[in-house]
Amino acid sequence: MNFEVTSVQKELRALARKFVEKELIPILEEDEKAERFRPELIEKLGELGLTSIPLAEAYGGSGLGYLEYVVALEELAGGNMGYAISVSVTGLTQLILAEFGNEEQQKKYIPPLAQGKAIGAFSLSEAFSGSDAASLRTVAKKYSGKPGSSQPGDHYILNGTKLWCTQGDIAETLIVMARTGGPGPAGISAFIVEKGTPGFTLGKREKKMGIRTSHTMELVFQDMMIPAANLLSKEGDGFKIAMSALDSGRITIGAGAVGIAQSALRVAVNHAREREQFGKPISSFQGVSFLLADMATQLDAARFLVYRAAWLRDRQLPYRQEAAMAKLFATDMAMRVTTDAVQILGGSGYTEDFPVERYMREAKVLQIVEGTNQIQRMIIGRNLTESSSLWQ
Amino acid sequence: MWFFSDEHRLLSETVREFSKKELAPRIEKLDYEEGFNREAFGQLGRLGLLGITVDEADGGAGGDAVGATIVMEEMAAVDASTTLSYLAHSILCVNQISTNGNSEQKRKFLPKLISGEWIGGMGMSEPDAGSDALGMKTKAVRQEQDYVLSGTKTWITNGPVGDLFYCYAKTGEGRKDISSFIVERGTPGFSTGKKFSKMGMKASPTGELVFAQCKLKGENRVGEEGGSVKMMMRNLDLERITISGISLGIARSAIEVATRYSQERKAFGKPIGAFQQIQERLAEATAWYEACRCITYDAAKMWDLGLLKGRDASTLAAKAKLQAAQMATQVSLDAIQILGGYGYTREFPVERYMRDAKLIEIGAGTNEILRVIIARAMLGSEVVDG
Repeated sequence: MNFEVTSVQKELRALARKFVEKELIPILEEDEKAERFRPELIEKLGELGLTSIPLAEAYGGSGLGYLEYVVALEELAGGNMGYAISVSVTGLTQLILAEFGNEEQQKKYIPPLAQGKAIGAFSLSEAFSGSDAASLRTVAKKYSGKPGSSQPGDHYILNGTKLWCTQGDIAETLIVMARTGGPGPAGISAFIVEKGTPGFTLGKREKKMGIRTSHTMELVFQDMMIPAANLLSKEGDGFKIAMSALDSGRITIGAGAVGIAQSALRVAVNHAREREQFGKPISSFQGVSFLLADMATQLDAARFLVYRAAWLRDRQLPYRQEAAMAKLFATDMAMRVTTDAVQILGGSGYTEDFPVERYMREAKVLQIVEGTNQIQRMIIGRNLTESSSLWQ
Repeated sequence: MWFFSDEHRLLSETVREFSKKELAPRIEKLDYEEGFNREAFGQLGRLGLLGITVDEADGGAGGDAVGATIVMEEMAAVDASTTLSYLAHSILCVNQISTNGNSEQKRKFLPKLISGEWIGGMGMSEPDAGSDALGMKTKAVRQEQDYVLSGTKTWITNGPVGDLFYCYAKTGEGRKDISSFIVERGTPGFSTGKKFSKMGMKASPTGELVFAQCKLKGENRVGEEGGSVKMMMRNLDLERITISGISLGIARSAIEVATRYSQERKAFGKPIGAFQQIQERLAEATAWYEACRCITYDAAKMWDLGLLKGRDASTLAAKAKLQAAQMATQVSLDAIQILGGYGYTREFPVERYMRDAKLIEIGAGTNEILRVIIARAMLGSEVVDG
């Protein structure tokens, strides 16, 4: 077991941190209030090679592993979670195309995404299907084209409404799950949808507790026509594609949780050192220092759970269980650590003068997205008791 | 609670109706825009609630700590921000004048505060004196019969909108040489400074009070010179009991919303309440809420019966607030979790409940200070303070 940080990982972390300091910190206060996202910053991240870290070089990515990806995402999340989520979602789009797309789809859609010139989105949830993703209702009906006629070639018509799609308004390329068959997971297929397709309109933009720089959209499909060539893999594979994507996504959410908790802890420690009350720095009171000790310990435990899941994935070993554990633990940890950071900063921590209240508001969403922590427990519990593992 | 009188129950219904009618329609927007429900104060005045602990002889409602806590719980279940401003006005300002002021001060200042024409606040905390309240630096230098105040108070509820503030300042070099003063807006040398943007309680304006050679007449001093520490601590005890009512109100609403949602929202073919993880969260939440409700109203009742004095009062009040504040934060976080994605949007009130709840763990004595107070009572000052 090697806990050493490689020079590539060190460089990536430094690169991401520099980006945060130069590009994110100066605009955050204003953008948080205005609930504004700047797509040009994704392009800048692309120029730095940070939008396609785990994507194979053959597709235009950096060809690095999830361990490297995680390190960069930690730093981005510690700057602003909205941008960390944006990178991880656009990254997810690239990975789905790389793993399940055919050559034409990959050639057409991956390069601009990898470079950060286009942004990707992933659309699974609907108003009536969050945790119960397999019960989604958006339908996709196939129609054959008539050769030699003015009718379009083979195509699908999609009807339905999707919810909570990160950057669904800005993304050029969206992966959308819709029902082509009967009920349940086996009836779901995955499609590549382009921005501006006729019949695709935007519904409401969510007003959220946190990650306000990230746009969370309702998508409306009304007789939206997409070419049959935009079906990913084959009909009925959609659920499998979504679940596989989520396994990877969980590692990135864990990374985000570690990043935001790290920033919160840093602010809390610095404050505890400097703030004096009763004639001494408040760090000299056990009520404060013990809080910090627990925060730091939990943070490191979460960090290594995330790193382990990334390490397994990088070696193509099974990692579903470990990714679920990492996501569950890291996000619960981030909620506690950011809450305690507000507490340590006291009255000041409650005001917008300091970033800790934002970290706390942002941490909450991580316990919900990419599979609520309740779903993570279902997965872990089932894996323990049902599969043939060393626990038997 | 089983010991509520008929008056208490009537009060509870009255405030519940008022909150539903006057506060509920406005709070979402006020929270988003960081506004303030000024009209509510006039309405509360007409309901006779602004002088809730003031003797009827002085124009108040002649109410008790139990009644005040009931008002806090019912109002906070709908709008915790306005309740916080109400608490600063009625408990931290009005109650202090009524308890410690002389008849001239009561005659001069109480009527308009009780009618709602004036809004009151209290000035204790400073940038360098939060938990270390006795470390405050605002000075009141005696000049014959008058005083000249200089210094800054911070995190003052109603600071930006208040007409009158009950302020504490040092009239000597020692930690306990503190006196109380009534300061009116418009007094030369007194101004209100920056307004804070906060995580929650956004519709309760919080700001700084700035004293720059502010001259106050001796008649504005409340109580003996240098004799305020006891009055200050006594008021903190009552504040801790009543502010726990705010935590109770927030938690109650969070539990109600989460319970209803668990009955209606379906996933995997059933209401999500059919899943034990959801049941666990709700059960733990309501059990802890009930426990906090009991200790809070027990503390209020003992206060009213005169059974709680000095250190015992401080300790029980501290225990109640320590638990209730943490409970409300955890319960509202869990309510968001139960509502999932929807709980994270501003379409539902649970995210606001969490943002509001967190403040109670900090204001009126942080969890950490309350633990020290309780430990001191158990172990003795020689051990704890060395």
